[in-house]
Amino acid sequence: MSTPVLDVKGLAFAYPDGHQALFGVDLHVHRGERVALLGPNGAGKTTLVLHLNGILTAGAGSVAVSGLPVTRDNLMEIRRRVGVVFQDPDDQLFMPTVRADVEFGPANLGLRGQALERRVLDALDRVGMVDFIDRPPHHLSFGQRRRVAVATVLAMEPEVLVLDEPSSNLDPASRRELADIIRTLDVTVLMVTHDLPYAYELCPRSVVLSDGVIVADDATREVLTDDALMAAHRLELPFGFDPRTIPAP
Amino acid sequence: MGAGHGHHLHFHGHSRVHHLPAHVKLVTLLTFVVAVVLTPRTAYWAYGVHLLLVLVAQRASRVPFGYFAKRMVVETPFVVFALLVPFVATGPTVSVGPLDLSRPGLESAWALLAKGTLGVMASLVVATTTEPRHVVAGLEKLRLPNLLVQIMGFMVRYLEVVTGELARMRIARESRGFRARSFRAWPSLASTAGALFIRSYERGERVHLAMLARGYQGQLPVTHPLTATPAQWRVAGAIPGIAVLTLLAAVAL
Repeated sequence: MSTPVLDVKGLAFAYPDGHQALFGVDLHVHRGERVALLGPNGAGKTTLVLHLNGILTAGAGSVAVSGLPVTRDNLMEIRRRVGVVFQDPDDQLFMPTVRADVEFGPANLGLRGQALERRVLDALDRVGMVDFIDRPPHHLSFGQRRRVAVATVLAMEPEVLVLDEPSSNLDPASRRELADIIRTLDVTVLMVTHDLPYAYELCPRSVVLSDGVIVADDATREVLTDDALMAAHRLELPFGFDPRTIPAP
Repeated sequence: MGAGHGHHLHFHGHSRVHHLPAHVKLVTLLTFVVAVVLTPRTAYWAYGVHLLLVLVAQRASRVPFGYFAKRMVVETPFVVFALLVPFVATGPTVSVGPLDLSRPGLESAWALLAKGTLGVMASLVVATTTEPRHVVAGLEKLRLPNLLVQIMGFMVRYLEVVTGELARMRIARESRGFRARSFRAWPSLASTAGALFIRSYERGERVHLAMLARGYQGQLPVTHPLTATPAQWRVAGAIPGIAVLTLLAAVAL
């Protein structure tokens, strides 16, 4: 099989205060896959995500992105390849206008002028937000801000898009619009979420992280219908939602 | 929320003054204010010229005068102070009606009022025609240290986020029956301030992570450098130019 886009081997990590968050995580994600990363609060999902782009450095084990190991020397290229969209768009959008914010990533990669402009327009076009290019982020609705947050990362042309709770705080229409956008993106996606129907809708494969280890890695339908597994790891389907009765998307 | 895009000072418009690059306006403002401050207090005619210059710039900005005048209340504390000076200062006195006022005090009060008012008016001409983010970009162009520029930029960006948070905390407090009526409420208010500080601090950390994740290496990239044409410098420079000439004439006379 080809080189995985994300290749995590035996990853362990303890925070400086001694709290160990990850105990040997193995995860492979291949090009074009859409994978949901599920797990209860405090399972280590965010810690794992912060290893993927080298914000945290592995205590043991290794992380590689398309064959390139995550090390201090490779940080810039790693951060180009791995685009992380954080949960709160107010954290992600820190520049005074949408344009300046979407420019931030590619400009750090050294792009200027026409090439930069093209990247920005293209990224905003992919999330349907070109018309808002000169607006300050705090004058957009929450759903619009989340879409711009996705664009800020797409502008870096990442090989893998990591979404942290993409559907949180969205109204149903914004939630669906974002799903439509994610489906059209020609990019590998790793999606951290508690929104199990959203995972089922968008990700053919799911990985369950619990207490710092991967406890399941299977088709999303299989994971969500394994009652024993779900109960053991504090995963619960919302009322009335049963994947067995819904045809695979 | 104020007018236009929710800034309290900026008035959305397309006048010549609006279109001047921010750094040109900042240099103009600074030169003008310095000229005003240096003008001798007894050269009353010179203050007339300065006032005329500010009014010309104000009219050229096409910001309604009422909008402009309302924002001058920021000067109130200085006006109060200036009005007090003649009563509390010492030295030879003059009689104005039933009152004995200090002559040096009157002169200081006049100088404070005149210089203060002109400074406030000039700053307002710039503030009503320049968006905060452009002011920051202008300061960057004027070689303000990059770190300060970044701090100011984040302040502009996050002011509304933090005030929004503060408003939510106030609503949450009041929804549980809290009313700040006596000093007994101070501990609650203090812990609100503390909580707001911690939240902002944590947000700062999350923003920093988001910046690192997109390749931040300590400098904000300059993607659209500000440029000004010689014509723009000439138009904007006319005002402080005349102010400086007035100053020189006032000093020479």
